[in-house]
Formats: sequence, C-alpha cells, structure tokens
Amino acid sequence: MNDQTPTHDERVAGLKGLGSSRKRVEDARFTQGKGNYVDDIKMAGMVYGDFVRSQYAHARIKSVDSTAAKAVPGVIAVLLAADLAPLGLHWMPTLAGDKQMVLADGKVLFQGQEIAFVVAEDKYALADALELVVVDYEELPVVVDPFKAMLPDAPVLREDLAGQTKGAHGERVHHNHIFRWELGDKPAVEAVVADADVVAEEMVYYHRTHPCPLETCGCVASMDKINGKLTLWGTFQAPHVVRTVASLLSGIPESNIRVVSPDIGGGFGNKVGVYPGYICSIVASIVTGRPVKWIEDRMDNLMATAFARDYWMDGKIAATKEGKITGLWCHVTADHGAFDACADPTKFPAGFFNICTGSYDIPVAWLGVDGVYTNKAPGGVAYRCSFRVTEAAYFIERMIEVLAIKLNMDAAELRRINFIRKDQFPYNSALGWEYDSGDYHTAWDKALKAVNYDALRAEQTQRVADFKAGKTRSLMGIGLSFFTEIVGAGPIKNCDILGMGMFDSCEIRIHPTGSALARLGTISQGQGHATTFAQILATEIGIPADQIVIEEGDTDTAPYGLGTYGSRSTPVAGAATALAGRKIRAKAQMIAAYLLEVHDNDLEWDVDRFVVKGVPERFKTMKEIAYASYHQAIPGLEPGLEAVSYYDPPNMTYPFGAYICVMDIDADTGVADIRSFYALDDCGTRINPMIIEGQVHGGATEAFAIAMGQEIAYDEMGNNKSATLMDFFIPTAWETPHYTTDHTVTPSPHHPIGAKGVGESPNVGGVPAFSNAVHDAFRPFGLTQSHMPHDHWRIWRIAEQLGLHG
Amino acid sequence: MITNAFEYYRPKSVAEALKILGEHEGEARVVAGGHSLIPMMKLRMAQISHLVDLQDVSGLKGITVSDRIVIGAMTTQAELLASRELAAAAPLMLEAALQIADPQVRNMGTIGGNVANGDPGNDMPGLMQCLDASFTLVGPDGSRDVKARDFYQAAYFTSRTDDEILVAISFEHPKGGYAYEKQKRKIGDYATAAAAVQITAAGGMVSAASVAMTNLSDVPVWSAASGAALVGTTCGPDAVKAAVEAMLKDINPGEDNRGPVAFKRQVAAVVLGRAIARAWSRV
Ligand SMILES: Cc1cc2nc3c(=O)[nH]c(=O)nc-3n(C[C@H](O)[C@H](O)[C@H](O)COP(=O)(O)OP(=O)(O)OC[C@H]3O[C@@H](n4cnc5c(N)ncnc54)[C@H](O)[C@@H]3O)c2cc1C
Repeated sequence: MNDQTPTHDERVAGLKGLGSSRKRVEDARFTQGKGNYVDDIKMAGMVYGDFVRSQYAHARIKSVDSTAAKAVPGVIAVLLAADLAPLGLHWMPTLAGDKQMVLADGKVLFQGQEIAFVVAEDKYALADALELVVVDYEELPVVVDPFKAMLPDAPVLREDLAGQTKGAHGERVHHNHIFRWELGDKPAVEAVVADADVVAEEMVYYHRTHPCPLETCGCVASMDKINGKLTLWGTFQAPHVVRTVASLLSGIPESNIRVVSPDIGGGFGNKVGVYPGYICSIVASIVTGRPVKWIEDRMDNLMATAFARDYWMDGKIAATKEGKITGLWCHVTADHGAFDACADPTKFPAGFFNICTGSYDIPVAWLGVDGVYTNKAPGGVAYRCSFRVTEAAYFIERMIEVLAIKLNMDAAELRRINFIRKDQFPYNSALGWEYDSGDYHTAWDKALKAVNYDALRAEQTQRVADFKAGKTRSLMGIGLSFFTEIVGAGPIKNCDILGMGMFDSCEIRIHPTGSALARLGTISQGQGHATTFAQILATEIGIPADQIVIEEGDTDTAPYGLGTYGSRSTPVAGAATALAGRKIRAKAQMIAAYLLEVHDNDLEWDVDRFVVKGVPERFKTMKEIAYASYHQAIPGLEPGLEAVSYYDPPNMTYPFGAYICVMDIDADTGVADIRSFYALDDCGTRINPMIIEGQVHGGATEAFAIAMGQEIAYDEMGNNKSATLMDFFIPTAWETPHYTTDHTVTPSPHHPIGAKGVGESPNVGGVPAFSNAVHDAFRPFGLTQSHMPHDHWRIWRIAEQLGLHG
Repeated sequence: MITNAFEYYRPKSVAEALKILGEHEGEARVVAGGHSLIPMMKLRMAQISHLVDLQDVSGLKGITVSDRIVIGAMTTQAELLASRELAAAAPLMLEAALQIADPQVRNMGTIGGNVANGDPGNDMPGLMQCLDASFTLVGPDGSRDVKARDFYQAAYFTSRTDDEILVAISFEHPKGGYAYEKQKRKIGDYATAAAAVQITAAGGMVSAASVAMTNLSDVPVWSAASGAALVGTTCGPDAVKAAVEAMLKDINPGEDNRGPVAFKRQVAAVVLGRAIARAWSRV
C-alpha cells in the first residue's frame, strides 16, 4: 500500500454499506415531482375505463340499461357481466381460494360493487356516461354484523355457493360461513382455564379500517394485437403473481405478458390483490385494441378495494395468582365481507394470527377462527403488517392488560414475568411457530428506564387524586406494548399463494468498469429498496452503494419473486441479494487469485478487495477484478461477472419491540393529547438506521390513525359512512405525535446478514400502545375494555359510562 | 369526480355578473373560491349549467377599517389573516380564520363564499352573528343590507335570493374581550362544536356579551339568552353555568360521524365555557 491508499475505515465509509444512514436515492425524484406513477402513463390512442357501482349493499339486479350511456359522444363500450361470461371472466378467483364477481352477476353484495365497466375516449365523457347507466335494483335484506350473519335465518348472501358444505379451507357450517381454522390443544386449554387461579375474559374488537395509500389502485392495459403481447402497468405489490394469474385466467402464455409496477405511491397491502378493474381493463383493451387506463378515485378506493382487520377476538387468559400465564384461549369471528379476498398464504386462512401468544411463554393455547360473509367490501389485507399479525398483537396486548387488572398487578411487571427468556430461543410456541431469536427482558428494561416508568406511574397516581378532588378534568394514560412480529413469508414448505411458493430472488450483473445492476423480485412502494438493497450488496461485494443500481417491478427484466408486503423484502429478497453477492465474491476470488498468481486460499477479503494474506501491498480491488472478468482470458472461467439467487427462507424472522405512549385525556371532550411516544425496535441487523427511523415514524403514524380515529364504518343499511378523507382519518403533520426511537440488536440466526425487517413493526406495536394508553387512563375508574377507534366521542362515551361526567 | 359540463363566465363587474345570472335564472350560480361549491359539483350533488366566476369582478376584494369594518366578499381567508389593520381592529376574526380548514384552502376560500354558502359547518356565519355583522347584497333591483342574525333560514337556505350577489360584509369595531374556541377531529375538519364570544366590561362587570355557536344546528346559533346571562356578572362559575345552560336551550345538534347528540351538547358546553373564560381574560 502507498500513501494514496485510503484507510480501511475510509474505504468502509465510502461503500455506504450496511449500517450507514445513506440518504434515500429515491427522494430526489419523488420530492421534485419526477416520480413515474401509473396515472402518469400516457399512450397514443389510450382510452379510459371506470365502473358503475352499486348504490346498495344487497340487491338483486333486475336489469341494466346502458342505451343512454352508449349514446354519449366518445363512449366506446359498456361491459356487463353477460359480456364477460363467454370468456369465463365475469367471476375471478381470489387469493384466498374463493371467487369474486368481476361485474355484478345477478346481484350485488356490497355498496360500491362493480356493475358495469364503461370505456370512453376521455374522462369527461366517461363521467357523464356513468351517470346514465340505469340499474334496476330489487333491494334485499342487508347483514353488516358477522354475528347476525351466522344466525340460522340470516339472509343468504352467496347464492352461488348454495349447497356447498366445503370451501377452500374445509367445512362450511352455515350459508354465510367461509371457513373454520383451528389450532392448538383445546381440551388442555379448557382444563387449564377450569382450574386456574385467575381467568381474564374479554371480547377484543379490532375494527375495520383501510390501508388508504396516497396513490389509489389503477392500471393501464395494452394488448398489442400485432405481436399478441399484453402489457399491464399497474399498482401491483406483487407483479409476478399478477402475471401468472393473468396468464392462467386469459390463456395468454406468460412469455407474452409483461407486468410493470412503476413507482408506487404507498401500498400497505391494498395493492396485493387482484381487482375487477385489472380484469376489465385487460378485456377492454383486447376488445377495443387500444390501451385502457383505469384509476380509482378516493371514494372507489375506500369503498371497494381491500379493507383491513374487522376481527372480533374473544379471549380467555388463565394465570396463577402470582401472574404466571398458564393458558390462552381465543376465538375469532372474522368479517371478510362479500367475498373472501384475503391476501394470506394459502395454508393460513387467518394469516399468521396464531402468533397471538405474543412475546410470552404460554404453555398451552387454542385458537379457532370462523370466517364469515357480510354485505361489506371484500379484502382483509395485511395493512402495514404481516398477515393478521397486528390483530394478534393487539389481542394479546389487550388481554395482558385485562389480566393485569384482574390480578391487580402492574402491567409492565406482568409482562416481565411472562416473557420468553433469552435462553429459551429458538422457542417453539404453543400454536406452532419457532421464534428465531430474541432478548425481550433487555429491551423491556431499557424501554421502561428510558421513559422513567416509575415516575410516570407516580404522576398518574397524583393525577387521579387531583381528578377525584375536582382539581382537574384531565386524565393520564400510560400505554404499554411489547410485540413480537412474524415476517418474511416464507418457507415454501408452508408458505404459498395459490400454489406459488413464497421465495424471492436477486440477479446481479457487475459491469466491466466496476459498477453494478441488481434486480429483485420485490417492488418498493416507498420503503426505499433502491437505497437499502444497494447497501446490502455494497458490503457483500465491495462496490460503493452509489454505483449499484437497483431495479424492480418489470417482469420482463426482474427475476421471479413474490413481491413486497408482510415485511418480506429484507428477510427474503434481502437474503437473496446477500447470497447472490457472495456468489459474485466467490468468482471474484478465483479471478483475483489468478491475477495475483496465488492460490484462492491465500487470499482474504478486505472491504473492497482481495489481499494476499500477510502481504497487504499485494491486492486486487473489485473494480480491477470486474474489468479482468470480462476482458482477460482466465483459464477455466467463463467471462463475465453475474450471479442470481433464489432464496427459500428456512424460517420466518421475528422482529420485536417495546413501545410506550403517554397521553393526556380530557374527560369532557374526549380529546387525547399524545404527550410522548417511545419506540424501541429490534429488527436484527440494521441496514440503514435513517430509513428504519423513517419506517418507524410512518408505521407509528398509521398506528396512531387506526387507534385514534380511522375506520371504515357502515350503517345498518350497509352504506359506507367513511368514504372520503373528511371522515376517514389520515393524520396531518399537525396531529402526528413526536416519536422517540431506540433499538437493541438481536440478529436473526438464520438470515444471511441477520436482518429481520422493520417496516411493519411500528404499526403492529403502535396500535396497542395507543389503545392501551386510553384504557390505562380509565383503569383507575373501572374500565377493562372499550373498542377502537378512540376518537373524541368514543373516549367521551367511556367517561360517560363510568359516570365521570357527574 | 368530474363535474357535469357547464358554461363558464368570467365577468368584470357586478352588473355584468347580475346580467348573466338573470339570463339563466335558476341554472346559474356564482363561484368564489370554489372550495365548497366545486367539491359538490364533482360529487355531482350540485349540477350547475352556468358558472359565473367572481375572481375578476372589480370592487369585491379588500378590507377597509374606518368607522365600520368593511370586507369585500371576495377577500380570501389568507388575506384576512395577512391584514394587520384587521388584526388590530377585530382580533376575533384572526383567531377564527386560523381555525378554518388548512392553508391551501384558506388561500382560495373567501369570506363571502363562507357566509353565503349556508353550510352549518362553516365557521364565519356564527362569527358574523357574534359580531352583529351586516351582509350587503346586490340584485337586479339594487342593493340591500341583511343582518347576519337574520340571514340563515335552514341548511343551505339563506335570505339571499338566487339573483343576488353578496358584495361585502361589515360590522362595527368590536370592543372588549373575544375568543373563538373550536373542537374538531383534525386539521381541515369542520367543527364538532365551536363558540364565538365577544364581551365588554364596565366597572369590573360584563356590560354586554354576544355568544354564537357553530355546527350545532342546521343554522348558526346566536344565543341572545346566553349573552344576557353574563351581563352584570364577573363571569364567575355560576354566570358561566347560566350562559352555558341558556346556550344549550338554543342549539339542536344532530348525530353524525363526529358523535351523538349528548356528546355534542357536552362539547358545546365545554367550548363555550372556555371561550367565555378566554374572552373575559382579554377584556
Ligand atoms: C378540506 C376543506 C376543509 C374545510 N374546512 C372548513 C372549516 O373548517 N371551516 C369553514 O368555515 N370552512 C371550511 N371549508 C370550506 C371553505 O372555507 C370554503 O372555501 C368556504 O366554505 C366557501 O368559500 P369559497 O370562496 O370557496 O366559496 P365557493 O365554494 O365558491 O361558494 C360557496 C357557495 O357560496 C356561493 N357564493 C360564493 N360567493 C358568493 C357571493 N359573493 N355572493 C353570493 N353567493 C356566493 C356560491 O354560489 C356557492 O353556493 C373547508 C373546505 C375544504 C375543501
């Protein structure tokens, strides 16, 4: 080495690899309005499509008259179910093994359901024509309550399933029943519950909400009749899955279908499913021979494309009088709406809800889930969480609080007594998961100390006294939450979607002058993949992240993968990236050995180069190796430097964290002020701390929204009462709390770089923290459970019901 | 989310605007900032064939502070907030305007549109009643003034006739202490309940008080009885209680996504109590 050689540390810093708070490379584009979203796509001859939607939640369609609509100048076609039927496309399969109407076939089952697809030259003619399609409805009785849906004399919603006693997930016991999913040892749990010192019982409802990404769903379908190639641009969280499904449905060979996800303005699970808009746009493009664009407006999005949650979770938790949990019983009534369009791995009809034993060492557990049809929109997607994990975390974190009340114990201490200990990992849970790694006690103690927990409790005691003495109308709540997530779906042996195994992939090409291109099977919707995947690779192959371009989302170029949702990108595609990088490095080592005229084993890797052991001045940098790999004849080696890895993860990863929210509540107006929010996350190895912080802020803000006001509400008639942003709560900068972030690092033992994923943790852990704070404020006055969202009037109602208004 | 087709006009004068309204009786509507009307048109809840934009009409903008305060109908909320003269003369206007919608909406939305709209959710109508403002309307037969306290008849129904244009609002220099207190679910939301209070004192006692409430009935509610309950008191707990009780007799809130009636009544009581306390502290 000579004086010009940068030091080891300088070279590490120059890579901007693992652990660097590298600035997001995407942001220059996004913050200047230079993103390229699906609605930015303009093509010659492009036409527009949109739906006539049902006004009613349940009605027979007696007739649809599109004569007047077709007479509007510029209107090209009006598609009805009857037009799609000859192609077999008036219904489509859902990801959950059910089927869904593409266009109303005889009846409608939810308000906003698609009835007709109108295609016109421009959006204005289209909007006029939609008004002129005359639908003759015969109203039918509406069921919005899943418990009423299961009554013997409840109206039959899905007439198409008449007589079918078996569904995709086993027995159907009622005409509005979808499935029953059972896990665990029921007799053992019942015995424990019968004998326990203490049993806390509660119904915990996680209300219906919606991912509501900034950009709604949409697509542009273009069938090129000359070469028979179908191109579909759209807001797809899983473009390869869309390609395969499109091929299976249409019969077009996959090689003739190109699916492209351009920039996506947030997905949060809303963009995983397959929607009638995609099918109708494809058909319309085939019929008209022109590109067809369909873009939802906000009301369409909130009314018709995938909602989230809507789980009624009935729980019993048994414990000794000292607070050691001895068993957990849980029955869920899952409201899936009109069609079962959940986006879960096929073998998991309630997703990974069986992580509901949480972070606790619970010896026996039983879980039963009944999926039910109602006259509401279909969906049930994982809104910024791994499949149904946020429901599970909310359930157990409410149950632990309810148990603490029953035991008259401090809820922080109760958690500590029951945490899975560090030495128990890998830990096999009662409901069948193998938790990979964790150190819950360390994280919990760090969190309690950081917020000065004992002082907070003392202040709260004083506040209660002041309230009772009439000195204040303000109460104080301390919301505790400790969560364990299960992400990174997943091992092909048990994780697939419609038979498609949930591996992921990365393909790397090193250019001769030492820069690189990597393509993945995932697709960023704002997570910053172009930034972080380049960092993983930079550390693996010694090429600066700034010289690595990441591409995703185009099925013609990207390797096959299952897409981005359920915090799976880093655990699965991130692992593939590291392993593909290691293949590159292995070949690079052979090349370096040849160039340096030593044996492979005489070399060691040093940041960005191979060095001859013990002879530091003899080395070859990755840049030199890259050039040689293409332009120098190396005996026994093919030219070039490329690698691909398809990664089937051996297990899920289990990120965890401790969140604590402190809130002041006005008992008279129901206004809650978030005083502080502390979030400790352990996501294993940290790739980019700044992005982690951003993810935590974003996820916690969505958690705040969900807990404190956001909901999809229906009236008795099945009218959606919350289909605009005036009523559907999206916090602005003004309402958003300030967050304090923190971390511990417990790497995943089975992941190549030890990373676990973080994007969804804050939503999973945040919702119970906010909700528990509300509950905690009223605990001294006798509250055990009150359902979310905790908007002003519902908080007021708690105080009213507890007699606090005098 | 696209309106029906309409003819668009951009007249230069009130006379010209009135002429267009006259020619298309019943089918024409004026648009000011558009932030109430255009959303309704996009939802096709309002189908208007002739839209008369007032942006270029001369003489409808501006704030004059002399013996009375006169504000042109086309003055935006942002312009109200930027006026130092208005801030000095009627600080209540500022306190309220800051709680209306968000900066983007305030850059477009006008005071005239806000008071003419007739939506019980709008904040300015209650405020105008609190200040005892007058609205100047110009129609084919000339001009007339209507008191804000007489203007509102029912939701979206006012005493303005379809062929009249609101050109200005005016009110006396408010005296004494003031407060505008509003509870809402988030920025950009209409009030769950809001209270406008103006109090003057003499010899340490309330000499006059005006109380108006927003979004608690299908029209803004000026509660004469509530104000009267404060007169002659020092705004102590009993007086506030009496004022609140009088106000509660005058409001008639409905249940909606913001909450049930009993909740709204309690929030109304709390915001009024706070507004009185703040106004009294500023006397
Ligand atoms: C997101 C959002 C949040 C909002 N939040 C609030 C809030 O918190 N508080 C609040 O008070 N308002 C709120 N608004 C409404 C906003 O203040 C509107 O701008 C206001 O209600 C109407 O003023 P405009 O100038 O936009 O009127 P326009 O929308 O143009 O007109 C409204 C109506 O008044 C009529 N009109 C307008 N000007 C005249 C005139 N000179 N003569 C006769 N008729 C006339 C029009 O014909 C129309 O019927 C909100 C709006 C939005 C979009």
